[in-house]
Amino acid sequence: MTYCTTPSQTVGPYFAIGMPWPDGPYAIPKDAPGAITLSGYVYDGAGRVVRDNMIEVWGADGEGHFADLWGVGGGSSVTDFRGFARCAEEDGDGRFEIVTLKPAAITLPDGVVLAPHLDANVFARGMLKHVVTRIYFGDEAAANAGDPILAQVPPDRRDTLIARATDDGYELDIRLQGPGETVFFAL
Amino acid sequence: MTKPDRAQTTDPPATEHQVYEPIGDTPGCYIRETADGGQPPLDYPPYKSTALRHPKQPLVFLPQAVTELTGPQLGPARITGELDHDLTRQHAGEPVGERITVTGRVLDTEGKPLRNTLVEIWQANAAGRYRHKWDRWPAPLDPNFSGAGRCVTDDDGRYRFVTIKPGPYPWGNHYNAWRPAHIHFSLLGRAFAQRLVTQMYFPGDPLFPFDPIFNSVRDANARKRMVSRFSMIDSEPDWALAFEWDIYLRGPGPTPFEDVP
Repeated sequence: MTYCTTPSQTVGPYFAIGMPWPDGPYAIPKDAPGAITLSGYVYDGAGRVVRDNMIEVWGADGEGHFADLWGVGGGSSVTDFRGFARCAEEDGDGRFEIVTLKPAAITLPDGVVLAPHLDANVFARGMLKHVVTRIYFGDEAAANAGDPILAQVPPDRRDTLIARATDDGYELDIRLQGPGETVFFAL
Repeated sequence: MTKPDRAQTTDPPATEHQVYEPIGDTPGCYIRETADGGQPPLDYPPYKSTALRHPKQPLVFLPQAVTELTGPQLGPARITGELDHDLTRQHAGEPVGERITVTGRVLDTEGKPLRNTLVEIWQANAAGRYRHKWDRWPAPLDPNFSGAGRCVTDDDGRYRFVTIKPGPYPWGNHYNAWRPAHIHFSLLGRAFAQRLVTQMYFPGDPLFPFDPIFNSVRDANARKRMVSRFSMIDSEPDWALAFEWDIYLRGPGPTPFEDVP
């Protein structure tokens, strides 16, 4: 028998009561070798920052292994790597900042190579269910050019998924609607 | 300080139409059931805050591969103490309100229990007030109630919380808008693709027909899946009434696209 899924409902307002973790934004400790900071602002359709947003990010380590038993080639062996970060600010300035490892490219069993990427969930008041996006890396142009998912994205919208390198990591803004709208995925 | 969702005027409506009226259920909704799981749309005008916060470009299909089929396995690591699941015992005294237990199972759509998975909840107090700087409506805070809890499912996928029944509360979406009593739930599941944030409601709430968030789920059967069941047999004599609510996360594999003619 197949059951139907439980419907989604909006996360907010007031998610700051339950969602933040003290170590939420850190998929790995900030001083760990290879740790990068990924930051950006979330904007609404009027171009205003979304002050109450929750961003979650999930990705592999620098060897392409996940902090999970089921990934290709086994789980990550990086100490203290959780693979998952949650930045849940309800009264901030619309900016998220997480710390994780830059993932490696992953070769699937069928030979397809995925460019280094993170999956991300975006939640906010006014969103009845979360949206899913991806974060690729601007300094991986060759890998990005061969990525099968980016290939499905209209060329003029691909840059909404590609983070710019900064001094200590990467930056990428998320636009929920309007000019430069981020590409979101049907998962 | 801004107060999102409370920006609307509280002046009486000029016409009856300013009061929220639920629109009819989607015809053929049982077909939608199998296609989209009865999920709400991102653009739902009766819930005004969706207007500027929904994408207008088409979603791009993302087949589930390794990043989507894996997920954070951090259930027990998120539990900070033995009383994380008991919202009535997190302070020196007991909170005011109806003590209740909320139990159920976390399953996938094939009916398989999800073991050892994190369940996080947050809610208003018995008066309908959240312990949050944005919630300023004139209902009392309770010094003995924070309103957050978490637990990890057991080998049968079962979770259990002890809490007090939250009250309904007003919000600014439209004139005389009130949310039905609810508890927010967050589930990580076993895979990134199973992520779910939702709200659990209580049976028989008279506010159901008037709430655009509840009614954003356009299928009546799907709405029922957000409503808990009162359980006399699980209610504990001289202690607490019991509510039961099972949560179904997506099963393995992608949800089929809506290709039913």
